[in-house]
Amino acid sequence: MPTITSIDDLKRIREEALKKQEMKSASGQKQIIVGMGTCGIAAGARDTMKAILEKIEKDNLSGIIVTQTGCIGVCEMEPIVQVQIGDAPKVTYGKVTKDIAARIIDEHVLSGNIVKEHMVNI
Amino acid sequence: MKELSLHLLDIAENSINANASHVTISIEENTTEDRLTMAVKDNGKGMPPEMAQRIIDPFTTSRTTRKVGLGIPLLKAAAEMCNGFLTISSQPGEGTELIVQFQRSHIDRMPLGDVAGTILHLVVGSPETHWTFKYKVNDENFEFDDQIIKAELDGIPLSEPLVLTYIRNEIKTGINNISIKEY
Repeated sequence: MPTITSIDDLKRIREEALKKQEMKSASGQKQIIVGMGTCGIAAGARDTMKAILEKIEKDNLSGIIVTQTGCIGVCEMEPIVQVQIGDAPKVTYGKVTKDIAARIIDEHVLSGNIVKEHMVNI
Repeated sequence: MKELSLHLLDIAENSINANASHVTISIEENTTEDRLTMAVKDNGKGMPPEMAQRIIDPFTTSRTTRKVGLGIPLLKAAAEMCNGFLTISSQPGEGTELIVQFQRSHIDRMPLGDVAGTILHLVVGSPETHWTFKYKVNDENFEFDDQIIKAELDGIPLSEPLVLTYIRNEIKTGINNISIKEY
């Protein structure tokens, strides 16, 4: 029962990722946080998370950290996605569907323009 | 929630919030005895046994942002509707184990759904936690342990595109190799 198909594959992936990281490190850390409390999951946060990860794979977007968090207290606005770029204040988005998630990545994470109409104040 | 894998995601969040450093998620399907069992075991801060018994009450939660916790009561109700049960055993400082079982063929038993997605999201979304996933279908086993991958990546984020594809394929292939087609 092999758990890993090939450790060599991982070594190669690591080398490639390292090269890309060196190129991107100047632009500041890009972080996407998805709310995964019961409220978020029930509202479709897993689909939102899925859409974000699939977009990263499909568009080969290196240098974005995706993490999850629990309930942050605005359950009625779930699924919640937060974006933090470098030292800039964290921006919170509400009712983030797959399509809105893709927009947030394109416009905010990649181009630096906040998607104002989906922002929520917490 | 319409899939058991969404409930697994929800329960695993409790383990993260309990500051667990190691979480083991297991699913076992036994067609001979017609049982489907899922377990989430963590080494988090745990709770007194009385609290563990009370936690299935919808008006109990350790969260401070909202006063009502519904994840576990909902899953318990779903299990009991399918001739199953849900138990929680816990000790302060030792961690918590939740076990839920269903009659596998019961008409109301939710499908497992996107288990691979749930595991991927947990591994990527909470990288500081050590995740172990065990899947057993009758006599066949699949085990995924993220420590091997993390050791090899040595600090490269798990949300790098190539890494995501790699982990996704590992989990998906492992599950598909032994799973019984559901619907």
